[in-house]
Amino acid sequence: MLVFERRREPSRFWTAITPILAVLITLIAGGILFATLGKDPLEAIKTIFWAPLFDPDLSAYARPQILVKAAPLVLIAIGLSIGFKANIWNIGAEGQYIMGAILGGGVALAFYPLEAWWIFPLMIVSGIAGGIAWAMIPALLKVKFRTNEILVSLMLVYVSEHFLASVSLGLLRNPDGVGFPGSRNLQHYASASNAELFAGTGIHLGVIVAFVSIFALYGLIRFHRLGFQIRVTGQSIRISRFAGVNPNLMIIFCLAAGGGLAGLAGIFELSGPAGRLSIDFNVGYGFTAIIVAFLGRLNPFGIALAALLMSLTYIGGDLAQFMLNLPAAAIQALQGMLLFFLLSMDFLSQYRIRIKHWASG
Amino acid sequence: MDFAAINPLIFFSTMVAASIPVLLAALGELVVEKSGVLNLGVEGMMIIGAVCGFIAIYNSGSPFFGVLASIVAGGLLALVFGILTQVLHSNQVATGLALTLFGLGLSALIGQPFAGIKPPTFPKPDFGFLGDMPVLGQLFFKYDYLVYAAFLLVIVVSYVLNRTRAGLILRSIGENHDAAHALGYNVVRVRLAAIVFGGGCAGLGGGYLAMIRVPQWTEGMTAGVGWIALALVVFASWRPYRVILGAFLFGGVTLLQLNLQAVGIKINPAYLSMAPYIITIVALVVISGSSNRLSNLAPGSLGRLFHKTM
Amino acid sequence: MTSKTFKGFAILASLILTFGLAQAEPKKVGFIYVGPVGDFGWSYEHDQGRLAVEEAFGDQVETSYVESVPEGADAERVLTQMALAGNELIFTTSFGYMDPTINVAAKFPDVKFEHATGYKRADNVSTYSARFYEGRAVIGHIAGKMTKTNQIGYIASFPIPEVIRGINSAYIHAKKANPDVEFKIVWVFTWFDPAKEADAAQTLIEQGVDVIMQHTDSTAPMTIAEEKGIFAFGQASDMMEFGPTARLSSIIDNWAPYYVARTQALVDGAWESVDTWDGISTGMVEIGEFSDRIPENVRADAQAMSDAISNGSYHPFTGPINRQDGSAWLGDGEIADDGTLLGMNFYVEGISGSIPN
Repeated sequence: MLVFERRREPSRFWTAITPILAVLITLIAGGILFATLGKDPLEAIKTIFWAPLFDPDLSAYARPQILVKAAPLVLIAIGLSIGFKANIWNIGAEGQYIMGAILGGGVALAFYPLEAWWIFPLMIVSGIAGGIAWAMIPALLKVKFRTNEILVSLMLVYVSEHFLASVSLGLLRNPDGVGFPGSRNLQHYASASNAELFAGTGIHLGVIVAFVSIFALYGLIRFHRLGFQIRVTGQSIRISRFAGVNPNLMIIFCLAAGGGLAGLAGIFELSGPAGRLSIDFNVGYGFTAIIVAFLGRLNPFGIALAALLMSLTYIGGDLAQFMLNLPAAAIQALQGMLLFFLLSMDFLSQYRIRIKHWASG
Repeated sequence: MDFAAINPLIFFSTMVAASIPVLLAALGELVVEKSGVLNLGVEGMMIIGAVCGFIAIYNSGSPFFGVLASIVAGGLLALVFGILTQVLHSNQVATGLALTLFGLGLSALIGQPFAGIKPPTFPKPDFGFLGDMPVLGQLFFKYDYLVYAAFLLVIVVSYVLNRTRAGLILRSIGENHDAAHALGYNVVRVRLAAIVFGGGCAGLGGGYLAMIRVPQWTEGMTAGVGWIALALVVFASWRPYRVILGAFLFGGVTLLQLNLQAVGIKINPAYLSMAPYIITIVALVVISGSSNRLSNLAPGSLGRLFHKTM
Repeated sequence: MTSKTFKGFAILASLILTFGLAQAEPKKVGFIYVGPVGDFGWSYEHDQGRLAVEEAFGDQVETSYVESVPEGADAERVLTQMALAGNELIFTTSFGYMDPTINVAAKFPDVKFEHATGYKRADNVSTYSARFYEGRAVIGHIAGKMTKTNQIGYIASFPIPEVIRGINSAYIHAKKANPDVEFKIVWVFTWFDPAKEADAAQTLIEQGVDVIMQHTDSTAPMTIAEEKGIFAFGQASDMMEFGPTARLSSIIDNWAPYYVARTQALVDGAWESVDTWDGISTGMVEIGEFSDRIPENVRADAQAMSDAISNGSYHPFTGPINRQDGSAWLGDGEIADDGTLLGMNFYVEGISGSIPN
């Protein structure tokens, strides 16, 4: 009989090796999937995982784009991981991302067409504030009424989506847009534009900030007292009190961190790559980031790697669609499998598998 | 143009039929959550149920096989979630989200040849003279079989959860899995069963959408119903009968705003659509505030990891 | 061998080579869709256009597509990658792709772009759209004649000019056909949500409508109409199989002729930036076959209207038409200009209710 024994410390060897193993298994399973769809499995795998990185014609553009696509995932996942470590479950980052974009974008549009240096910083601060404000609803309800933050933050995603639809069609609709829904394009408003920093790469300020945040979180967790308190809270609230933690402040801090960074990601995305606020401005980064946070084992560098891997499959998936005529659904299924394997293989780093005989058991 | 133009009888019967998918999915998720597991993959299980039910009813012509295929497909996908989270101890939130992603992709793939086809008609029971009764006939005897089955299921689930030993075990595991384990219950096995049951219900809810409500198969046709089901469980404060109320509320609000528009009353659809979610949050706060009865509360170990200590 | 003959030989050889290469290297034409190709509505019809291009050009042209691309940042990336991968002509088939198309076009001056339903053009960006309101005039007429309850239901997606124009056109012609007619308009705020569209259809039927028009993409309203024994019209595609008895006619998006013509222009090296807004006359808007359930004289009238619109002798927005508030919009015999139509944000006189925002 197989017996699972929990390791005292996660195995370093298995922690390092399982993601690679999971990707390899996904490649095999994905290959079988593509073969059943009548596509050359090797070609498909190569297009998704190799072409964006190394194809001579495409990689020069695709490589920085992997960073651009990963940036919001990293920002949001970094923020969420702080809460997850402390056992505080904000799964409403999608809503906080939307509200950050709406508030930040709204502030910028309120000053249109004024050109001033302070508009961009004000917009960024408003974006963060929008995300934090939205996250404060589950935080304060949890502090005051012990209301489950998972559910409140999730509910607020839908509220914010309806709100987004409403402002795209009403308050923030572009008056010069011939009646179509959606705001003005902030890319065309110099003071509010989060333009690319290196020509042709698409790299914007948000990408830089995202990668800075990785080190910031690492520093916080590793060297700051707060990092210790977060970890202790995650293990037991009772023990954390002895460590001088105020659980209510911890709840507020964790949700604020997640909400603020999600709002920041929202405003960077709006003022940069997306440009316009529209009904379908949000594309699920807030939810994908949750997966990314866990794939990265809540470790800042792990999160960065996980976000880059997800981003690679998005970009490679686009390529596979128009180069090999693979349906978008096949890419989605492949991503789902990749996540399953990554999540399940973590088991190997947490547990030891022993074969036990009935007699001795 | 006024409210009087909305016929309450017809409104009610439409609302009942419209609420079935979300009712079934929420009922299943309720059982899962009662066992202490949070499965965010409802949308994925629903859509897999929708496509498999559709393919089965189309190919076999038999509603029975359609229903069966929906349940089995939803249950199987749930089993993947169960094995990952219960046996391999992966994170529930992340695994649930991945399940939705996978379900949406897979359903679109296997459903491709079936887009734009009309399924055979799903039969309705004939209640004879009962159905011809003036008010009552319209209110109670005009639905298809699955509507009655869904309400029956609510009664059964409520009974099993609250009145049987099996329900007690399930609830105690959801409340405190360590204590339940100490009492000798097999936490993992019970949770796996609950998860598969939840998947079957979600699958059937999706199947209802594809076989009866719409009825056709189109990629992404669940369009967020699975997420509403999650909200509904909370709204219902984990009580089966309140799921019915919640399903009526969520389905009713959509219908109400369509009706108000049709009779020419000016409303803002965006704000009205937000209402059920805000009401859910308010309900949640009220439940959390009045915490003197344990059964009112969210299951104690909802979403938490269980591992046996040997 | 003299140097002259050598030169001649070399030219000949290079000619053969280039000709040979031109034969071997098909022109690449790309498409991006906002929905899945299996939606049986908007994206599906654009993909039918793509397939028509494949059919028409065979080995000369190679097409490819990316489906379900969100509007915004992702669209810009996908377009850039398609351009980098050697596509010479790219069709961007949703309004929200407008700014991404313009941005990418600026970076790839040699690649031609065709953007559907937008209003921004460049030397290498054309725009194209269909005058669906022409089709709505024809089915509006049929609806006016066919309703017994004088109540016509209209399932509208988003309050944008395209949709409002369609409502106005349908209403004007339904009213002309039947002065007692009333429109019940329901905004569902989605292009594609079968369950919600089904609910909307159900609600309208409960409110006494016996003809349904839709400006959303799923076939659910048609299916409900069939089940309830009322009339409906196909939208985007013919939808015959979903409502064999309910379906009276349909407005079909037929992008094929335009896509083939534009690809031909590319192959011939004659592609130029143009602004196309075509209707029934070029076949971009196609009126689906009239059902036998429409009386013969109504069919003849509808056909006559369609023909008149097609040959330009009749414009669906011909005055006198007042705005909803009673103020004059078009004088007697006056024809609406395209500018007003493109930005239409008001109901015409007689429609009750207001446009939500």
